[in-house]
Amino acid sequence: MSMKVWWLAFIGGLSVLVLIAISIARMYGPQEPPPPEQPSTAAAADPKETAHITATLFFGSPDGQSLVPVRRDVPLASSVVEQGRQILAAQLSAEPPASHVGVIPAGTTVRAFYVTDRGDAFVDLSPDIMRGHPGGSLNELLTVYAIVNAVTANLPAARRVQILVDGKEADTIAGHVDLRRPLTRNDSLVRESDEK
Amino acid sequence: MRSCGAVPLRTSVVAILILAIVATTQGQDSSPATPLTLVSRDGRRTVPTSLQAGREVVALDDVANLFQVSVKEDALAGGVTVSYRGRTIVASANRPMASVEGRVVSLPSPVVRAGRRWLVPIEFLSVALASIYDQRIELRRTSRLLIVGDVRLPRVTALVESPGPPTRASIDIAPSTAVAVNAEPGRLTVRIDADGLDFTPANAGGLIDRIRPGDQPNTIVVTLTDAAGTARSTVTTENNVARVLIEVPAGAASESRAPSPEVRPPTPESPTAVPDPRAALAAIRTWQTIVIDPGHGGDDVGVRGAKGAEEKQLTLDIARRLRTMVENRLGLRVILTRDDDRAIALDQRAAVANNGKANLLISLHVNGALVPEQAGAEIFHLQLDRESAEVVRVATAEGTALPTLGGGTRRLDLIPWDLAQARHLDESSVLASVLQEELQRQIPMSTSPVRQAPMRLLAAANMPAALIEVAYLTNPEQEARLNSDDFKTVVAQAVFSAIVRFRAWSEESQTP
Repeated sequence: MSMKVWWLAFIGGLSVLVLIAISIARMYGPQEPPPPEQPSTAAAADPKETAHITATLFFGSPDGQSLVPVRRDVPLASSVVEQGRQILAAQLSAEPPASHVGVIPAGTTVRAFYVTDRGDAFVDLSPDIMRGHPGGSLNELLTVYAIVNAVTANLPAARRVQILVDGKEADTIAGHVDLRRPLTRNDSLVRESDEK
Repeated sequence: MRSCGAVPLRTSVVAILILAIVATTQGQDSSPATPLTLVSRDGRRTVPTSLQAGREVVALDDVANLFQVSVKEDALAGGVTVSYRGRTIVASANRPMASVEGRVVSLPSPVVRAGRRWLVPIEFLSVALASIYDQRIELRRTSRLLIVGDVRLPRVTALVESPGPPTRASIDIAPSTAVAVNAEPGRLTVRIDADGLDFTPANAGGLIDRIRPGDQPNTIVVTLTDAAGTARSTVTTENNVARVLIEVPAGAASESRAPSPEVRPPTPESPTAVPDPRAALAAIRTWQTIVIDPGHGGDDVGVRGAKGAEEKQLTLDIARRLRTMVENRLGLRVILTRDDDRAIALDQRAAVANNGKANLLISLHVNGALVPEQAGAEIFHLQLDRESAEVVRVATAEGTALPTLGGGTRRLDLIPWDLAQARHLDESSVLASVLQEELQRQIPMSTSPVRQAPMRLLAAANMPAALIEVAYLTNPEQEARLNSDDFKTVVAQAVFSAIVRFRAWSEESQTP
């Protein structure tokens, strides 16, 4: 075997080793950042703009009979809890689309929000939700499930939602719907929006 | 041809057999009992009775003739109303109870409709009719007497206490009244100051041959045997009972003869009806109580209409109308969770229904909407989430064994009190459907007339339960209608009809 052949074999073997080393480094080395889980439309082009997610909020249908999901931009937050607060703040304060109606009494604010490891979210609201509620079973259902659905639809970590009022467990908001236990998402009250 | 002739023959034989069976059955169910005797200042009259499923009953048309009461059938409610001078009794077919001026009284056997006649247990006269009649009505079943008005009819009980000789006997008269005893050869006549006597047949023995009613309605005759001497008597009074003590010595001619120690048994009493176990079972299964919950109250106004109508007032108004209908036409006990303008916690409302062992809970509300166009009634029944349903399932499946006094254990299903409705979800679903059907006949319904939701009050109700939103107070037209008496009555009537239907379904579904 000539010297040239030995050199070729040496270079070939070295190339294989380098390729193996690169593969191992890719496997165990630092990973690339994963794509964002939320359907983000973050303004990466201009870092001065606030990053946001598109969240699904719920408003009363024009006939007041059901909830309608409406997509709105909500600031992107750094944690699940903070993201939950942002979504709730938007749900409580956002103006409904034209011809739709708001289902949460004006002035209601989020006092606290947290999520347990079991997936139970706790939404602590200001007493305005009771004081300003117009009453009626259907109205109350729409109010409660606008909040429950807004949390569960946008935060995969939250499976159920318990509403607290003024830091305490509440029986009902207006005398009808049971708030003593965490509630799961209710799709039977939801009707698709015409707004895209 | 031959076969054609055989068919009618067979048909005839079968028909005759069926008729015979029916006749036999009817005969068993309506065997005549010894009639009652009505005793009043006007004299004595016979009250015909019969046996129905082993229970003694009296026909209401006979009662109407004797007492001048009016009897009116309510075909829709399946009941009958007995009225006397503005006071009423309501009874329903096949139910061992009656509502007397809104107060439910139990009867020992159900009220029965037999053909065109309504038959009630004879106790109906003293338990129900007496409550609305303007004179005393007292039933003395053993002596077959029905005492009406201010008639003095003391109970008289005779007893041979020792055969002797001397033979000693006593005659007790209660309540105490003046008594005179007249001794004659071979007998004593006891005359009691009364309009008649409720005399219990006595045993006899020793030197007393018989103790029986005398020729006059207020006398008792004690007949002595041939061996008896001259009887002596004394009258004492104690605890409002007059007692005649009789001592009969042996006669001189028969001193040496030992009197018969035999004490004959008392004459059998009037036929005593054998309780029908089916009637007892019916009493367990039949409805007795419903609870109507007028929503909100006190500081909790509920929904307020643009013209000022308040949900709390409307629900109370409709609840009262419904109560009157149910009490007067079904004879059920009706409890309102509130009968005035006061705030009551939801737990307390559920507790009223649970503690009252209600067969049904209806919560009345008036709705509010975000848009004024929204109108129509809606019915809610409970939706239980998966976790709560699992809690109930596990509790029911595992149960808890508790020791009993006599040894052994008794199995209990321990279900959280605020999930009591879990046992009745299917019934409540049926109730909601029946309510929907009856309401939509009378009033406008929402586009989603029946909804299932986690309603706080319903969750803790340990009986079929539903919440009705009768209309939208936020709709100006509906607010105006809610303010009218007609609308509120129509709503109450529709709910009443639903109660009638659901009760029939419920009792039918419990029949084994």
